[in-house]
Amino acid sequence: MSVLVYTENWDGQFKKSSFELVSYASALADMLGTSLTAVSIGKVGNDELKKLGDFGAVKILKIEDERVKWLDNRVYVDVLARVAGMENARVIVLSHNNTGKAVAPGLAVRLKAAVGPGVISLPESVEPFTVTKMVFSGKAFARLVLKTDVKILTLSQNSFETVLKENKAEIVTCQVEVPEPKSVVRDVQKQSGKILLTDAEIVVSGGRGMRSPDNWGVIEELAALLGAATACSRPVSDEGWRPHEEHTGQTGKIISPNLYIAAGISGAIQHMAGVSSSRCIVAINNDADAPVFEYADYGIAGDALKVLPELTEAVKRAKNI
Amino acid sequence: MKILVCLGHVPDTTTKVKFVDGKTFDKNGVQWIINPWDEFALTRAIELKEDAGNPVNSVTIITVGGKETEPTIRKALAIGADDAVRIDAEPSDSWFVAAQIAEAVKDKGFDIILTGTDSSDYNGSMTGGMIAEFLGISSVSAVSGLFVDGNEIELTRDIDGGREKLSIGSPFVAIVHKGIAKEVRIAAMRGIMMARKKVLNIVAPVSVEPLTEYESFELPEPKPPCRMVDAGNVAELVDLLQNEAKVL
Repeated sequence: MSVLVYTENWDGQFKKSSFELVSYASALADMLGTSLTAVSIGKVGNDELKKLGDFGAVKILKIEDERVKWLDNRVYVDVLARVAGMENARVIVLSHNNTGKAVAPGLAVRLKAAVGPGVISLPESVEPFTVTKMVFSGKAFARLVLKTDVKILTLSQNSFETVLKENKAEIVTCQVEVPEPKSVVRDVQKQSGKILLTDAEIVVSGGRGMRSPDNWGVIEELAALLGAATACSRPVSDEGWRPHEEHTGQTGKIISPNLYIAAGISGAIQHMAGVSSSRCIVAINNDADAPVFEYADYGIAGDALKVLPELTEAVKRAKNI
Repeated sequence: MKILVCLGHVPDTTTKVKFVDGKTFDKNGVQWIINPWDEFALTRAIELKEDAGNPVNSVTIITVGGKETEPTIRKALAIGADDAVRIDAEPSDSWFVAAQIAEAVKDKGFDIILTGTDSSDYNGSMTGGMIAEFLGISSVSAVSGLFVDGNEIELTRDIDGGREKLSIGSPFVAIVHKGIAKEVRIAAMRGIMMARKKVLNIVAPVSVEPLTEYESFELPEPKPPCRMVDAGNVAELVDLLQNEAKVL
């Protein structure tokens, strides 16, 4: 019996979110009185793989077949289902990110496993197996009971802190049959060096109150100073002021950074659904009655175009930059 | 080429969410809409059908739900879908819904099946991928572009920090993101009139046991009021973020 965690890599590297995921899965294995196996698909060096042991993996399986170079949902499902069988996995843990959401449902059908999608904490109980998640786009919490022997959980990002365990994990090259992928990746466009919205601990976001795409410099300047990602509201991405991958909100990206700075955003319910689980929200808006202040921890009623540069200067002073 | 769009019937985004005894969602006074991501999928399907330059010639919609979902179905027909299927059952969980849809469409020859990436009610994100696996066909997630040129299909998939272009053979399930269609459509009067005459097939469910069950719901604690800082004193905000909230 085991808990299995799928740890995705990005060009051969793990992220802080990978270690949070492993820490979560390790704590879950402790709850169930079993051990944690991590599975890595794609080319990752042993030094990088060993880091998974630091956060509680006891065994690390690596699969480096050429056919798993790109994500093909069914190929990944096939590989993970085989590994789950070999490891006699009772619970399989994935991240609630694009890859986790791509693979978990197929895996669930293959293994006839109930899924707890987007869980935010360890199970409240294991008998019955009860997990907690957000529903209605962040408006409520729910307790969900998973009724099958084998279970799949996808963990919401930024919902579990890393815990150092310093296991000396055993790394095993796993020989599994890999089917031919049916989808073929023809082209990849990737921006490097940019802080990803879903990884960022601080996000600076602009809305219509920024008045023009030409005014985004003040957002980018503050973001660069804070090591933050930039984001925007839906009207801004619909107008083409900013690319759609920056749109945060119900139908855009759902994020939960430590600090979310909303500049010139009125705070429509659709927008707040994507950011309301941020640890701290700062709102800057001309209109002191804007709904965004109902969600914010700190607010400034003022023109974002004026306040943002002052904020940048004030941060520089406070940090002696 | 035939497209199937799976539609969820969900409470309007502005709904004040309430529960009866903390056990079930209170449907009293709730306005219902097409699940926003499914609406993007529907819009793209109709755009493809209207473009004579590709072989897409029909768009069917499918919903799992009781009679109360029919206004949502008629709205989708008014926007431009050709016909609809309603599987007459309470959509208890993703497993149940996906199994029902797979069973109803397995021998109907759909080339492309579209689902939204998430639903705004129970936020499961699982149905599309499950349908594909029940049918034993491929799926592609996080799709923000779908192009059909002759029999060639090209998809754009969002990845961290960028996007990929993929080609894939039909049939397959595309699980779509925002970006696949820009402006969702509003039904015109003519569409609403025509929708009344379009075929809505009501299908009996097959026997499937859900694998999950909601035990209870809770509303979050109300947030303390926002602490306002004077616009002329931005340094105070920085101090609060550093020393009170400890996020800087």
